[in-house]
Amino acid sequence: MTEKKKESEYLLEVKDLHVQYNTDDAIVYAVNGLNLSLKRGEKLGLVGETGAGKTTLALSILQLLPKRVGQIASGSIKYQGEELLGKPDSYMLGLRGRRISMIFQDPMTSLNPTKSVGDQVFEVLHLHFPNLSKAEKEAKVDQMLQMVGIPSSRKGEYPHQFSGGMKQRIVIAMALIAEPELLLADEPTTALDVTIQAQILELMKRLKDEFNSAVVLITHDLGVVAEFCDNVSVIYNGRVVEYGSVEKIFGSNAKHPYTEGLINCLPSLAIDEARLKPIGGHMVDPRHLIQGCCFADRCQHCMPICKTEPPVMHEKDGHMILCHLYDKTEEAK
Amino acid sequence: MTLFKKKKKKSLSEYSTGELILFRFRKNKLAMIGVFMFLAVTLFILAAPLIRPYSMVYKQDIVNKLQGPGEGRIFGTDELGRDLLARILYGGRISLFCSLAIIGIAFFTGAIIGGAAGYFGGKVDTFLMRIVDMLMSVPSALLAMAIITALGNGVWKLVLALSIGQIARFARMVRSSVLTLRNMEYVEAAKCFGSSSLRIILKHILPNGIGPIVVSATLTLGAVILSISSMGYLGLGVASPTPEWGTIISENKVNIQYYPYLGVIPGICIMLTVMSVNFIGDGLRDAFDPKSKN
Repeated sequence: MTEKKKESEYLLEVKDLHVQYNTDDAIVYAVNGLNLSLKRGEKLGLVGETGAGKTTLALSILQLLPKRVGQIASGSIKYQGEELLGKPDSYMLGLRGRRISMIFQDPMTSLNPTKSVGDQVFEVLHLHFPNLSKAEKEAKVDQMLQMVGIPSSRKGEYPHQFSGGMKQRIVIAMALIAEPELLLADEPTTALDVTIQAQILELMKRLKDEFNSAVVLITHDLGVVAEFCDNVSVIYNGRVVEYGSVEKIFGSNAKHPYTEGLINCLPSLAIDEARLKPIGGHMVDPRHLIQGCCFADRCQHCMPICKTEPPVMHEKDGHMILCHLYDKTEEAK
Repeated sequence: MTLFKKKKKKSLSEYSTGELILFRFRKNKLAMIGVFMFLAVTLFILAAPLIRPYSMVYKQDIVNKLQGPGEGRIFGTDELGRDLLARILYGGRISLFCSLAIIGIAFFTGAIIGGAAGYFGGKVDTFLMRIVDMLMSVPSALLAMAIITALGNGVWKLVLALSIGQIARFARMVRSSVLTLRNMEYVEAAKCFGSSSLRIILKHILPNGIGPIVVSATLTLGAVILSISSMGYLGLGVASPTPEWGTIISENKVNIQYYPYLGVIPGICIMLTVMSVNFIGDGLRDAFDPKSKN
């Protein structure tokens, strides 16, 4: 049911991706038939709870799944119309950091403690633009650090001399210095406090416009998504259960029950509520594949059909929902 | 003193990483003492021909045997009347440079084997570490003896034989530190930015894990000097009358009870060398770690 338009229109296309982790005692199905498409310059939010397969997806795109354990079972990942799966390592080395970059969750540990921050930003540039002269590279590093708000006079200092928010800025500088077309941000604000979160998001927005990169923002924070993204994919148990623009997801009445549950979990300032409404139950054990809908066990609107048959994707004005609830409305039209 | 002037002129961030390591190293007093001690020992050994001609190493003077330190014989003479100073100066060439070479070879080979095993894991790890296990299962003295017997006597063969015996410990140490470091997030981040495996090992893993290994390498130096001499005692590698610090002690051990200087002086030489290298190693470990300064 995914749209099939011109190939080149999309920067990134993930089709029917299945990823599994082969552990000693069981096979963990982390991503089960995930579809995703991303236009140039688009800001896509990936929302879902812990273990939904968000990070696995990002690592699959970069082909950095843990060796021997993580395995892409089937599917396709196309980047600018080119299939990435099966590409040799040498090709991926040129791609990582240059055309697709990633920002990690915890800035405290994603910088090498023994190298000065300037050196670390410099290294990325050095890897991908070996032809630039040293002075040119240094100038670019200075400029990039200025852009993320780190005075270039501090580039000789080491990560432990910076605060968490500043470290995340440095990580962003590293991710963007080679001007990649796609930035995978894996929970970039989770480890930061709220004021710094806003600053980092603002910075990412500004830099995104500057470099016209597409951003995939992986998060479990709906507030961040509403603030930052154009489109949202809600992921549950390794599948996209709902996709649409931010307005559609937060605004329209038609929602996947899971999305509804997520939004109900947010504390609201407008309504005076004593308690939040958490979604009951836990995510299905990813070691077993589910017959019907993977959310059926926790769903308030669960019908008999949900237990037996997998739902299909329903689309209305670019708003896609994977749920049996919308079967009838679809037929009525 | 020039250092402090420089520091005022240049802000700290204008130094390169290498300069900073040097800077931190130079601020460490103990490490600098170590450097001076080591340089002094090396200088004396290299300048040996200026102090005593080589012939004095073997020249026996039975009339003046077992003379304590005194005029004309700074370190005294041994039971064959040979000049102890000459023997120590020329013996240092073997003791110092061979042991450094042994440590160097074992360190680098061990780092490569351990680094590859730890980083790549899986079959590479199993294969390399089983070889290391094989090396470890043979007592190192026995292994060295076997190798020298197979290859024949000679200083460089001795170096080779003893360094093979040391590879295993370095390989194990490097492997274990790489195992913990390869899962660090900055290593993953480096992968995401397109760094190759070799680059990650050299630039991101080694600098973070090298400290304790360097210190351990410097501590091993003393043991290596002594194992050269025990090989010599068995008639393998460097044998008497060729002087070497450990050999000097062992050939004089009968007389040490009544003429203690025969044991004390070469002992002090070994101790000074090991101590200086150990100080240097300790200083290097601190210098590599950016958090230890300020």
